[in-house]
Amino acid sequence: MPLLLNEEQTMLRDSARGFIGDKAPISHFRQLRDAKDAAGFSHDYWRTFSEMGFSGLLVPEAFGGSGLGAVEAGVVMEEIGRTLMPSPFLSTGVLGVSALKGGSAAQKSEYLTKIANGALLTALAIDEGAKHRPLQTAMKAARSGNGFKLNGAKAFVIDGHTADLLIVAARSAGTPGERDGLTLFLVDPKAKGIALERTAMVDSHNAARITFENVEVTADSVLGDVDQGNALLDSVLNIGRGAVAAEMVGLSDEVFGRTVTYLKERKQFGKLIGEFQALQHRAAHLYTEIEVTRAAVLKALQLIDDGAPTAPAAIAVAKAKAGTTATLAVQEGVQMHGGMGMTDQFDIGFFMKRARVCQELLGDSNYHADQLARLKNY
Amino acid sequence: MSDLEQFRSDTRAWLEANCPPEMRKPMSSDEDTFWGGRNAKYSSEPQRVWFERMRDKGWTVPHWPKEYGGGGLDGEQTKILRQEMAAISARLPLVSFGISMLGPALLKYGTDAQKQEHLPKIAAGLIRWCQGYSEPNAGSDLASLQTRAESDGDDYLITGQKIWTSYANYADWIFCLVRTDASGKKHDGISFILFDMASKGVSTKPILLISGKSPFCETFFDNVRVPKSHVLGTVDRGWDVAKYLLQHERAMISGMGERGAGRPLGQIAADSIGADAQGRLDDAMLRGQIASFEVDEAALACAAERAVDLAKAGQAHPAFSSAMKYYGTELNKRRHEILMSSGGIDALEWESQRSHEGARPRAWLRTKANSIEGGTSEVMLGIVAKRILDLPGA
Repeated sequence: MPLLLNEEQTMLRDSARGFIGDKAPISHFRQLRDAKDAAGFSHDYWRTFSEMGFSGLLVPEAFGGSGLGAVEAGVVMEEIGRTLMPSPFLSTGVLGVSALKGGSAAQKSEYLTKIANGALLTALAIDEGAKHRPLQTAMKAARSGNGFKLNGAKAFVIDGHTADLLIVAARSAGTPGERDGLTLFLVDPKAKGIALERTAMVDSHNAARITFENVEVTADSVLGDVDQGNALLDSVLNIGRGAVAAEMVGLSDEVFGRTVTYLKERKQFGKLIGEFQALQHRAAHLYTEIEVTRAAVLKALQLIDDGAPTAPAAIAVAKAKAGTTATLAVQEGVQMHGGMGMTDQFDIGFFMKRARVCQELLGDSNYHADQLARLKNY
Repeated sequence: MSDLEQFRSDTRAWLEANCPPEMRKPMSSDEDTFWGGRNAKYSSEPQRVWFERMRDKGWTVPHWPKEYGGGGLDGEQTKILRQEMAAISARLPLVSFGISMLGPALLKYGTDAQKQEHLPKIAAGLIRWCQGYSEPNAGSDLASLQTRAESDGDDYLITGQKIWTSYANYADWIFCLVRTDASGKKHDGISFILFDMASKGVSTKPILLISGKSPFCETFFDNVRVPKSHVLGTVDRGWDVAKYLLQHERAMISGMGERGAGRPLGQIAADSIGADAQGRLDDAMLRGQIASFEVDEAALACAAERAVDLAKAGQAHPAFSSAMKYYGTELNKRRHEILMSSGGIDALEWESQRSHEGARPRAWLRTKANSIEGGTSEVMLGIVAKRILDLPGA
């Protein structure tokens, strides 16, 4: 398969870019931030996403979705990255759908259809410590009667503050660090024993800290297999990582485009600053990093869709690379904009804040380089 | 089964049956490369067998037309062949500047007679070529070259000096940039000409490098007589040919750091340094450096694949090979810094059988030229800034 978008994917990109660029340019994000909007995103635009087939992009056609794959999810994420449009697309459309696809027939028909209709928002609750370490999950799921009792705390639950359904990783057996013993649960965020705190982050996007105190769930709320949730979780996290990497490609490319434009406009010492070789070479280096990253991310998404055994290594490469490239892009973006880059009035700082969050999201560059080393046995 | 799937399975079977096991191991010295030419020597019988079988298939140059000794494969088939060769770590049967540099220029700019004369001999490994570009005063500023070609009836008389001519002392023919007109701008008045290194007036002198080896020569021309029909492309417009060829050269150099299914660097390091109880390299900082390097290396391989696909789709930027050349060579230097660090004091040995006569440090030193030859990293970044980013005054 060529490492390019095909015709349908290009059309999808154009329609995503058309809508997002038109309705949700970066000024849309700025308005939500300035208004301290409680949801942090526009419900109207999420409805439009559903009408355009985006909320159900990954939902199989049998459940009312578009039945598309990781590459297409990446296409939409890249466009979201360009304008920093706040959207539940990642938390619901990518992570939620991918997790629910591993559920029972009843779970799928109940939830996937609603997501495709834009009528259900989900949030994935994984992280517990300061860094993304899914195998270190310590939250307890103790058997209790016919079901389980959940105890523990989750943090950095993306869009957890607006979710209608939580997908929670908990340890039903074993000890933190072990692959076996993880189980995924579908939990109503209004259930007794749940305390949820919205956490506004540095990038003005939202997550939640959630504590679970003796939260009772039935056996029907188990998603996938008891104690063997790790395989499903891995596949969900990997498509999410690919999607976030694609967002970082869009974000990097946008910052870079704005920066090159600025180099061609701003004059100092009687010259356009883009005439200075010190800046030209740094811009050319950044260009190369972004193109290399774009290829690595597309490759990883294609391999996920192929179900290739090399997909996990490719995802580790893509997320690690996208993280370092986005970090470089936003730092160069602010530096080359000079003092203007430091102002709130200029949009460039928004990208720096978002890139920092995307780095941590589902594992930073160090985490994924380490994963690659483990996969290669050294 | 689609045609391409059929091609893949046929290719896999053919390679399995025809690639000798000795030719499926990583190269350990220069002798493992077969360069062809009038004085070609095989370093082993399997090398000869492998070369001849591939030559007879046209697979020394799989994507060239069959009439010129190529395999006549299209882009997808060529990619499949490369993937299947990489999958069994098959060595290239023939390495030559005729294939990687001159061939593409001949296919684009050559007359029918020139193509008939030269391409089949390149494909069959009969003639070994060298490249006469750089001069003592024309390095990064290549267009200021001064080697003269003076008209004398149907011939030119060529006088001047080239430098950094790779393997000129082993080459049979040279493709060379000469000045046919000194009256105009420096990029005008350059011609691209082909001639036999056995011609009267050609001499070469190897240059000893920091690696202790001499892959490059100084090459001297003293009234070398060359027929005017040996000019490739238009007289005085040789810069166009030179630039076109440089794109291929840069693509080749950027790929020099690419590895197929070789052992991961981290395991090579563990051979010398050891591993802890969990099997992790017993040098945490180096392990991190290696992992970061391997992220970049894997990403670059994707970019190289995408560059080929973009070119096939007619969407490639012609200057993109400069970006790839820059990235690939800087990465290859990093790889060899890591290999030196991984080997520790063992990698410092220069003269011993144990060290294969210092193969590792010599290879490390050789890579320092990667970001100089074929256009320095700084020149590459300048080209990207000017031609792709359209920055002012670049």
